Amino acid sequence: MTALLEVRDIEKSFGGVRAVCGVSFDVREGEILGVIGPNGSGKSTLFNCILGQLVPDRGTVRVNGRNVTALRPSRLNRLGVSRTFQLLQVFPELTARENLILAGQEHRGSRLARLFGARDAGMGAEADRMLDFFRLRRLEDEKAGSLSYGQQKLLDAAMAFMSGSRLVLLDEPAGGVNLTMLADLRERLEAINRETGVTFVVIEHNMEFVMALCSRLIVLAEGRIIAEGPPAEVRRDPAVIEAYLGH
Amino acid sequence: MSTSTSLLIGLLLLVLLALAPVDLNDFGVPYPGLRRYGTYILTLWLVTAIAAMGVNLIVGYAGQETLAQAAFVGIGAYLTAIVTKAGVPFGVAFAASGLLTFVIGIALGFPALRVQKHYLAFVTLAFTVLCWLVFRNEQWITGGVMGIRDIERPTFLGWPLRNHIRFYWFVLAITAIMTFVLWWIVRSPWGRAFTALRENPLRAESLGIDVRLYTLLTFALGSAYGGMAGSLYAPLVEFIDPSPFALGPSLLFMLMVVIGGSGTFLGPFVGAGIAVLLPEWLRAWETWYLLIYAVLVMVMMAFFPGGIVGLLSRLVARKARS
Amino acid sequence: MTDFLQLLISGLATGAIYALAAIGFTLLWQTSQTINFAQGEFVMVPAFLALIAMRWFGVPFVASLVLAILASMLLLGVAFRYIIVGPLIRRGVLPLVISTIALSILLKESVKDFYSAEAQTFPTLLPDTLITVAGVSVSLAQLGVLAVALVTIVLLQWFLAGTRTGRQMQATAQNPTVARILGVPVERMILYTFLINAALAAMASLLVSPIYLAKFSNGETLGLIAFVAAIVGGFNQVRGAIAGGLLIGVLDNLAAAYVSTAYRQAIPLILLVLVILFRPQGLLGRKEERAV
Repeated sequence: MTALLEVRDIEKSFGGVRAVCGVSFDVREGEILGVIGPNGSGKSTLFNCILGQLVPDRGTVRVNGRNVTALRPSRLNRLGVSRTFQLLQVFPELTARENLILAGQEHRGSRLARLFGARDAGMGAEADRMLDFFRLRRLEDEKAGSLSYGQQKLLDAAMAFMSGSRLVLLDEPAGGVNLTMLADLRERLEAINRETGVTFVVIEHNMEFVMALCSRLIVLAEGRIIAEGPPAEVRRDPAVIEAYLGH
Repeated sequence: MSTSTSLLIGLLLLVLLALAPVDLNDFGVPYPGLRRYGTYILTLWLVTAIAAMGVNLIVGYAGQETLAQAAFVGIGAYLTAIVTKAGVPFGVAFAASGLLTFVIGIALGFPALRVQKHYLAFVTLAFTVLCWLVFRNEQWITGGVMGIRDIERPTFLGWPLRNHIRFYWFVLAITAIMTFVLWWIVRSPWGRAFTALRENPLRAESLGIDVRLYTLLTFALGSAYGGMAGSLYAPLVEFIDPSPFALGPSLLFMLMVVIGGSGTFLGPFVGAGIAVLLPEWLRAWETWYLLIYAVLVMVMMAFFPGGIVGLLSRLVARKARS
Repeated sequence: MTDFLQLLISGLATGAIYALAAIGFTLLWQTSQTINFAQGEFVMVPAFLALIAMRWFGVPFVASLVLAILASMLLLGVAFRYIIVGPLIRRGVLPLVISTIALSILLKESVKDFYSAEAQTFPTLLPDTLITVAGVSVSLAQLGVLAVALVTIVLLQWFLAGTRTGRQMQATAQNPTVARILGVPVERMILYTFLINAALAAMASLLVSPIYLAKFSNGETLGLIAFVAAIVGGFNQVRGAIAGGLLIGVLDNLAAAYVSTAYRQAIPLILLVLVILFRPQGLLGRKEERAV
């Protein structure tokens, strides 16, 4: 079986600093892969190279066998790859429902049809489904900026699923979320993975969250992969312990 | 506001505006109607508002800066003046003005938007100066500083529009159509995409919104509104020369939209009203008017960056809450 | 060939003046995200400050020049920083852009209404005596302009690269957030940038006015040239603005001689278009990461 996401020999330097040096890994359909590593290990740079936000100096990224290296983020998204950002990124002036519709609208029909067609661009039903799924229904007409931090974080995550993407990359989904909300978020993500088979790649600092959510981990340190395997195994890996304690 | 109420209010305003130059004493209403000059000023306001709507689309909705709107108005005005004098019907000239400025908008915006924010401002600034040089220097086609005189007002379906009231109605009808078109665009999913790319282009891009394409479209569309406004301006004033299309007026277009309230639907109308009426009111102080205007803009930016419409809607919202 | 050399030297002289205006513009943009659309007027106004000192108050010429520079630093530096940029920068970039556009109109109209709408002659420090070396004749005034502008630029470069304050300013320009973390007094550095910009603009004003006369509307062309020089040279550094200014000065003089005077003004604009099309990071600029 071919991998859904294939990352090969990605390298990226800033000035003289090599942030990512030759990272390769595969992501299989339906798995939840965690990417961990100490601060400055190159996780975010790697993510941005995969997602077309940065252009890698070397290496290739393939999605479903198709070369997508350095493709612009909007093109990549329309090929079925969604993401969230480390910092919260909802549109505060739009309502929760509008945010969801926005996240899906570019994926249905032509641009011209969107100009002349319905205001919800045919995404209304899907938005309602997502509101129910993430339990945000009663807040649908609130401006996203007026929601609590945790609710915004849920909305942010929900937006990644509006386009029907098969691959979703989450950049620190648990950052700053309180404990009850955290359990909620994890449980919702697991449910989506189980019910629809969407594949996840998750960057996370919260070890407990990652260990519980992910089926497989890769560990980065100084721009290289130093360990790879199921959470229980990685936890015991001496190289990983060394990398974390060394910093 | 719901769709039907906004449409209703728009229709009501349209009727009131249509009646503005009419003597209503015959109908038992003690209103003498606007005179010739008043009607002219009102028509000038509508034409200015069309161009300002274009600027608002670029500045208020797409979050870019354009300093070329007067140049686009100039292109529309010169094109219309030249081709209608050669016998081309006004309708064709009007459409050609819109199309030409749209295409120029694409050609200017495409390279500028590749680079970084604010490059569009510099490119449009340069373009305005370049256009002005062409208007002034190419006497064989533009008449140079002597300009083009005796531009005829068109005939609409066999109905001559020489009369100032008829021409006003004609411009009012076109303004209404163009306002409706813009209203339709900003409430369609396109408008939602505009909001997204203005507020957070990085996130918008990650949601599949082609930020560069949408920005380019708004710029080209906004510029085309300038070109079409110019096409109406030429037969309104019946004489054009390079001065109203220089850099100064281009800057004023930008300022009037921000004063009215950029990103609000009514902002351009309010801003254009002030820009057209203020010099009339301050006629006694003629030379001071730009000075006063500049200070007004700076004070507004410091205290009410939402412009007049933004300020009013905040006051209304506060009233409603208390 | 001698014609060409003469044009080259006079081009370098005006180009050095443009460079002064462009450097200030670049520094301001980088250090404080202030895109000063009134930069051209900043170069127009100081000459009038000197004229006011001379003609209204009878101050001697050289003293008026010094006064004009000091007054510019106060008005176009400190007052601009605290009255206009200070309150507006928090409101975002657009209100600030709009305000500097309004400021450009305000300055232009003020000079026109309070001083004169006519072009004013402006005295030079050095006489227009021609010096001929190997068949190439240049005026002493031109050489003086070139010398003063180049010395200013060299001093500025030395200040930015060779002093602690200068390096702190550069750090602020490159990344204010990191500079703050490293303990650079960012606020003070920003104020210095405004002062330097005002002083450079004043220098440019006093050097350019004897050549092109002082007129309220001069800012339009000068501002445009400053923007273009900054973009053409490359926005990441001061030497880009210097190169851009010199290049435009030379092209401008060559164009006036060999092409038509009617389209002389178009030369920098065409240069801008070419650069944006083929080398958007500028001639000396480094490529930055994708904007979106």
